Formats: sequence, structure tokens, C-alpha cells
Amino acid sequence: MKKLLILGAGTAGTMMANKMRNNLDRDEWQITIVDQFKTHYYQPGFLFIPFGMYTKSDVVKPKSDFFPTGVKVIYSKIDKIQPEESSVLLDDGVVLKYDYLIVATGCKTAPEEVEGLKDKLWYKDIFDFYTIEGALKLAEHFKTWKGGDLVLNVSELPYKCPVAPLEFVFFADAFFTERGLRDKVNITYVTPMSGAFTKPRAAKALGDLLEEKNIKLISDFTIMQVDNDEKKIVDYGGQEVKFDCLVSIPPNLGDALIERSGMGDDMNFVPTDKHTLRSEKYENIFVIGDAANLPTSKAGSVAHFAAEILEENMMCAIEGRPFTASFDGHANCYIETGYGKGTLIDFNYDTEPLPGSFPFPGVGPFGLLKVSRMNHYGKVLFRWIYWHILLKGKEMPIDSEMQMAGKKL
Amino acid sequence: MATKTYAGVNIEVNDEGYMTDSSQWTKEVANEIAKEEGIELTDKHFEVIEYIRNKVAAGESLTIRGINKSGVVNAKIFYQLFPGAPLKKATKISGVPKPVSCI
Repeated sequence: MKKLLILGAGTAGTMMANKMRNNLDRDEWQITIVDQFKTHYYQPGFLFIPFGMYTKSDVVKPKSDFFPTGVKVIYSKIDKIQPEESSVLLDDGVVLKYDYLIVATGCKTAPEEVEGLKDKLWYKDIFDFYTIEGALKLAEHFKTWKGGDLVLNVSELPYKCPVAPLEFVFFADAFFTERGLRDKVNITYVTPMSGAFTKPRAAKALGDLLEEKNIKLISDFTIMQVDNDEKKIVDYGGQEVKFDCLVSIPPNLGDALIERSGMGDDMNFVPTDKHTLRSEKYENIFVIGDAANLPTSKAGSVAHFAAEILEENMMCAIEGRPFTASFDGHANCYIETGYGKGTLIDFNYDTEPLPGSFPFPGVGPFGLLKVSRMNHYGKVLFRWIYWHILLKGKEMPIDSEMQMAGKKL
Repeated sequence: MATKTYAGVNIEVNDEGYMTDSSQWTKEVANEIAKEEGIELTDKHFEVIEYIRNKVAAGESLTIRGINKSGVVNAKIFYQLFPGAPLKKATKISGVPKPVSCI
């Protein structure tokens, strides 16, 4: 039996297990997937928890619901990959050999990377919402919070779901307005970027939205430390921002096992060919999702589009053919803007988010870089699509390659 | 695309003023670009510039985190050397492309 080993059973790993089980003969190929946790989190749902829109039960399901039959599942911590020997060492000493390896170990927040972030105010006045624990603690905090300076700080690029921090402040504006507290809450968005977003058109559109909602933007701020006594964040240039409640997007790092395996860059992301999705160094290792160092967003939509490319290229590799699929870095993000409305961006390595309509040119129903009720429904509907279609690796009616039709230059 | 004259040489730059041909870079050119940014270059600046040019030549990406770990300067000193938006200023003076932030 030949062996395909998948490390990580999050969004990307689960999709690949489903796709590859459909492609590979069960008599010839054994597929094994390894993850230390039994619970699958719908991470896009974390954003909704602090505002009481989702509860924990809306965002968790057992991972086992999403694995196809005929895939061996191992729940274990992983010690390291031994790429020279085509094997993986698990924590309990078990060695798994592979013919092909898919690394889908994702990334996670590392608050300990910023001095003073995970200190005495952590989960008292300082929160994250990229973990289930943080999102739930923040929900509790907001229930009784009387107002003050609410500061959202992005520590460092890249981080998962680049639009989530913006959605957070848009939601906060609506949430405190609805509770009659908005005049007591000053919302500030503090980012290391030069504007609300990286690319010019989206930065302008999203920056205008911040202004419209009376949210202050502080850009080019690279956090050095959190001062817990004076309740302020300080950047390397000496800029200071005071807070009563700090919501932090901590640095996002690749899994520590990547570092233990000597396979990562300085943030533990695996150097990966951005078009073929193969490891730059090892011919029988492929990387998908947040674990890769691809110059695009770390987001489920990217993993989803990349999965279709990887499925095709893995089959090319296995059958000894040249790669026929090339990933373009396609990302597609619904952005909640509060009050039951949303906007949408669609982009790739080379094309910045542009205005227009999606997925059908001129028709939509979704509007790109436009605020509409329909875009909000797109995001709401997506949770159902995620659980029922996407994770199971089924076809979606959206091209994995970004389309220019419907976009206005 | 435009050209600017630095240290008596015509240098090709893009519309943000970043050099498009890194091989045209000299210390004299760097001194003049730095002046436009309000910076007087010292030996320490040039150590950082050398690190940046080597990283870019090797096809590696530049980050504050990387600079902080570089052993050349820490992030705080880097900010003091190139105040405001240090990566943007330092790359401009180093004659390499502005780092793209991908998110």
C-alpha cells in the first residue's frame, strides 16, 4: 500500500482528505490524517461571539463528522516531520512513513510574542477573539462594559482572516449604538499597515467606512509592548495609544512542529511554491492553507481555492505527469459592516480588490466593495455551505481561479 | 516610470520614488535619497542597508521581525534610524523595492 499522510485536520486538511479519498484507489492508497484535537471550529464564526450573535454551539462540531470513510484518523500531537526520511514522528514515539505528505497544520495566535500582552490584564481588559476562549471572555466582558476607549490592535502581518479586525470594529460600532452606549465608546483601529487595508482601492473604500462610522484609524503602528499599568500600547517609534479595553490580533505563527522540523521561515511558515503548492525543498511534500508562506491571505476561502489546485497537482505528481494546475492566490472575503449589511472583496496575487459584481458579471447578486444587505446574507449563508459542502470537498459554483469578468478597473 | 538625478547620475524610479534598477545604487545615491527623507546616514545606517540589500538579493522578504532578529539592529534602533515608517524608508534608501505586505 502506498501512503498519503495529511498533518492537520482543520479546514484545508479535512478538504484534502475528502478530495484525495475520491481520487485515489482504496486498494492502492492508504490515507491517514493526524490532528491533536477532536473538535472542529468554524473560525469565521468567532467574530460574531463577542457581540452575542453566535454562541459556542454555533461554531463547533466533531471533526469526525467530516472525514470520509476509508481515511485513517489519528488523534495525536505531532513531534516533527523528518523530510529526509519521508516520515513523521508522533508525540508517543510512533513513526508514520509516507509516500506523499500534505502539511495543513495552519497557524495560531502567539500573544506571548508581544511584551505585556499576555500579562495581568489578559482576559480582564485585554482580549483576543481569534480563539474560542478569547471570544467567549470578550462576550462576557461586553455584557457589562460601561464604555471608554476601545482599541483594536493588529500586531503584525500576516494574520488570519485579514478583514476580521475591520469587521470587529464595524460590529462594535453597531453593537454599542444599539445599546445606547456609542457616545461613551471611542473606537480606534490601530494597524501596522499604511491604511485600513493593503491595496489602494480596498484601503480607500474600507477607510471611508471607518470614517463614516466615526472609528479612528492609526496606521504605521508596529507594537512594541503593552503597558499594563498605564493601560496603553506603545510602538517602536514611541507612539502611544491609551485603552480601557484592548482587543488584540496577536502575531500569528505557524505551528511549532514546523520549527522543530527545521522547515519554516522566521514565523514558522513553510516555504511553498506559490503556484504549484509544493514545498520549495521537498518533492513529495505539499503545503496548503495557513501553514504555507504564500503571499496571499490566510483564510478559509484561500484554502478552499487552493484545495482544487492541489487536488489536481497531487494527481499529476502521483501519476508522474507535469503539474497542470497553477494557484493564483485567489481570496474571497465577505466583510460584515454592521446593521445587517456587508461588503465583499475578491482578489489574487496580482489583482487588487476591485469594485463590481460577483459571481455573475453585471448581475451579482453580490456587490464588490459595495455595502449591501445581500453581501451580509452571503456571509450568513456561508456557515451552512462551510459545514455541508466545503469541508466535505464537494464542488462549489465558484471558480477557483479569480475571474476578471464583473470587475471594474 | 521616471528618472531622477542623484549624485549626478540619472536613476530610474517608480512613481513612489523607489529605484527600479537596484544595480544603479551607490552610497552617494543613498545619501541623497536619505536627505530627501530627512535622514543623515551614519555607519550604522549602512550596516542596515547592507543587510537589506543582501536579503533582497537572496529573494527573501523583509519584515520588522526579521530585522529585529538580524543581529544588525533591534527593532527599536531600526525605528530610531529610519523614523516613522522604517521599512518603507529604509528600502527606498537601499535602492530595493518597497516591501509588499500581503494579507
